[in-house]
Amino acid sequence: MKIGLLGSKDFLAGLVFVLIGVLAVAVGRDYPVGTAMRMGPGYFPTVLGGILVLLGAWVMARGLRSGERVQGDWGWKPLAFIALAFVLFGLLMPRFGLVPALAAAVLASALGGREFRSKEALVLALVMSVLTAMLLLYVLKMPYPLIAGW
Amino acid sequence: MDILGNLAFGFSVAFSLQNLAYCFGGVLLGTLIGVLPGIGPLVAIGMLFPLTFTLPPVAALIMLAGIYYGAQYGGSTTSILVNLPGETASAVTCLDGYQMARQGRAGPALAVAAIASFFAGCVGTLLIALAGPPLAEWALLFGAAEYFSLMLMALMASAVLASGDIVKGICMVVVGLLLGLVGADVNSGTPRYTFGVLELFDGIGFTVIVVGLFAVTEVVSNLESKDLREVFTRKIVGLMPTKKDIKDSSWPAVRGTAIGSVFGVLPGTGPALSSFVSYMVEKKIAKDPSRFGKGAIEGVAAPEAANNAAAQANFIPMLTLGIPSSAVMALMMGAMMIQGITPGPQVMTQNPDLFWGLIASMWIGNLLLVVLNLPLVGIWVSLLRVPYRWLFPSIIMFCCIGNYSVNNSPVDVYLCALVGVLGYVLVKLECEPAPLILGYVLGPLMEEYLRRAMLLSRGDPSVFFTRPLSLAFVIGTVLILAVMVAPAARRKSEGG
Repeated sequence: MKIGLLGSKDFLAGLVFVLIGVLAVAVGRDYPVGTAMRMGPGYFPTVLGGILVLLGAWVMARGLRSGERVQGDWGWKPLAFIALAFVLFGLLMPRFGLVPALAAAVLASALGGREFRSKEALVLALVMSVLTAMLLLYVLKMPYPLIAGW
Repeated sequence: MDILGNLAFGFSVAFSLQNLAYCFGGVLLGTLIGVLPGIGPLVAIGMLFPLTFTLPPVAALIMLAGIYYGAQYGGSTTSILVNLPGETASAVTCLDGYQMARQGRAGPALAVAAIASFFAGCVGTLLIALAGPPLAEWALLFGAAEYFSLMLMALMASAVLASGDIVKGICMVVVGLLLGLVGADVNSGTPRYTFGVLELFDGIGFTVIVVGLFAVTEVVSNLESKDLREVFTRKIVGLMPTKKDIKDSSWPAVRGTAIGSVFGVLPGTGPALSSFVSYMVEKKIAKDPSRFGKGAIEGVAAPEAANNAAAQANFIPMLTLGIPSSAVMALMMGAMMIQGITPGPQVMTQNPDLFWGLIASMWIGNLLLVVLNLPLVGIWVSLLRVPYRWLFPSIIMFCCIGNYSVNNSPVDVYLCALVGVLGYVLVKLECEPAPLILGYVLGPLMEEYLRRAMLLSRGDPSVFFTRPLSLAFVIGTVLILAVMVAPAARRKSEGG
């Protein structure tokens, strides 16, 4: 039954909405709500969070009844590598400059592809990072170091 | 100033060397990216968005508009040549366009698509020029209550029309509204949902949401399934359509334009719905409906005209009322706000160069599309042969640097990854991302109007029902919901 629920698309979607709604209301409790006439910063988000919890619960209930499954496979592997590409870029960019950060982003996301050809990916990373860095620096005149320390 | 005077003024703005160059650049870049498989106008604009931050407002919007219809046009090129629509708006074009290409008539199909789009673009431009001023004048009568109700209607329409599930659509709107509220509250300065992250005080960046929600999601979705791309490699000979082609496609193009113009103005309906409707209309009134799906030229002309007319008409509610009617318009609105311009009826009077310049540039952009793209078809086709395993890492790389360049901060890059993960999960669970974007853009505005309306009415919510215009929008909202919910409920009760 548990596995069945985790495959039901509406149940899961509703769950995501309920979680976001609960988070919105819970965190929003720190903000003054005010009155309908003078709304505080907590008023609107709390109302929205409440609506989201209710609607999310409705979607969940519907998912329990219909049990329609998620279409196709989840692409966790490409998602993980692409998220990794963003994180690597964010870490490398301020420390090492454009070329290393761009190249790392290309390589990491390439790893998430269906087929990974290491030589090809290396060449792609090199070519794309250098070309893009040139474009940013010399055409768009953005103030970033090509490689930090140079 | 009369219409002609206004348009002349617009052209004088658009024809400045700088603006012309940005229009050209936008159209070219947009087409280039739109041709790439799996990248629609939204991702194209999202990716190129940060490039325009440093430009003056007029140039930035002209360039973004150019990217928009360039990408849209690129999408129809790929629909015809490889049966692979860049986005939903050109999905219908695949039906007959690809069949024409298989019969060796790719050239005429592309030419007719271009000419029909251009015709629709001209009409659309004129329509904005005609309808814009009176609408904006009308909108000046709106108070806070009217704006709140109008936004409610627009959001509801977007949730309902976004294809698929209404409840989930509304949920996505609410999530968008909440995301839009992140950051310091305008009235009290209280930081909301910032979790102590300093960079979040100004809110979640626009690029972060768009790139995460559309680019990342799109790439991951493409990677999860097998690549089914059959590139049409036969050489394209003879671009020019025959006399008969022109004759057969002229009325469908006119009808498509009319349908697109009407649907484009309605909130929540993008080009996708209008191209679909116009295709159905042509099929209905055709003498021989069985030709459709087998390479009927009407099946290319009508939807192409419709989606371009709708793309233009989309600008009307955004420029005059400050209400985006599609996700792309939400993006354009975001771009205006970043440039320090509040979209709404006052744009026309306070920034006439922007309003009329943008309109004139749309016409120029449409002309450029025809002049530029028919000869360049060969290049676009060769782009299609670039393998996806080279493309997607490059797309992700551009997304990274794009996000970084907005604030020169890695926080935006991390946030984008986070939004991407959330977006992918939601899309996988069949929740449409477009309503979320609309909610995100309108979130802070809606809260502000709600506050103001309630303050003026001394906390009495009946203000939304007692002011006639506001009441009309509320009724509109209820009608939209009722129309969509009723058939579903009936189906359910019949099915037992």
